Amino acid sequence: MLSCKKVAQLASESLDRSLTWRETFSMRLHLLACKLCSRYVRQLKFLERACARVDEAYSESGAGLTEDARERIRDRLSQNR
Amino acid sequence: MTLAAATPPPIELDPSTWLDRYGDALFRYAVARVRNETVAEDMVQETLLAALSSADTFKGGSTEKTWLIGILRHKILDYFRKSTRERQLQRDWSDLSNDLDRDFDEHGSWKAPVSDWATPEESLVQGEFWEVFDGCLDKLPEKLRTPFTLRELEGLDSEVLVETLNISTKNNLWVILSRARQSMRRCLQTQWFEQE
Repeated sequence: MLSCKKVAQLASESLDRSLTWRETFSMRLHLLACKLCSRYVRQLKFLERACARVDEAYSESGAGLTEDARERIRDRLSQNR
Repeated sequence: MTLAAATPPPIELDPSTWLDRYGDALFRYAVARVRNETVAEDMVQETLLAALSSADTFKGGSTEKTWLIGILRHKILDYFRKSTRERQLQRDWSDLSNDLDRDFDEHGSWKAPVSDWATPEESLVQGEFWEVFDGCLDKLPEKLRTPFTLRELEGLDSEVLVETLNISTKNNLWVILSRARQSMRRCLQTQWFEQE
């Protein structure tokens, strides 16, 4: 039986590579019996979805270049014409 | 029928408006990845300069914005490649274990509880959630944050990541990414989900 620590590592790796059949099987077996690891797996997937929305969230925040920064860049660009 | 008839009309680029139209978007994209406003400002500038000097390579097919983001993505990768080489981040890859092992006991079972995040999706539309998320990213040690950000925000694969960040093996990279996710998860739990 895999330890929770090992399952946590595999759960993460499953987002970066394909697990082997054996790894997938032992992980599923563990998850059937372990509520905490099942939550962990779901939460890592949520984290992945959140990351995919970072750019959207940033653009809704309305953050951007300060006026000073914009001026600096404008100056620099005009020198390069 | 002539060939010219089948060719779409040349797309006019308008460099004088790039800064006003795309400056903020480029800046936000860079800040999210490099986590430093000064560096991000430089990148916007370099991206626009590079775009000016290579405007003749623009091939319709994508929008101006997509094209500019494409140039910026190269700048971001170059930046990390260079800063990794300069600061020899790789020498520290091995000392990642201590702090993060506190989630597990000596048998590898959960020591800290993994709490139930009832309806996490609802958080994604809340501005306050993103402030917490951003704070958690900032709190990650840089040697975890950079691989994590390039993986999850830039979508780079393991091959490119080990090469860019000079990490010895993919196995090491996967351990690093797992640590980063473990830290982010724990931070979101304590700073957000257990606060609601």
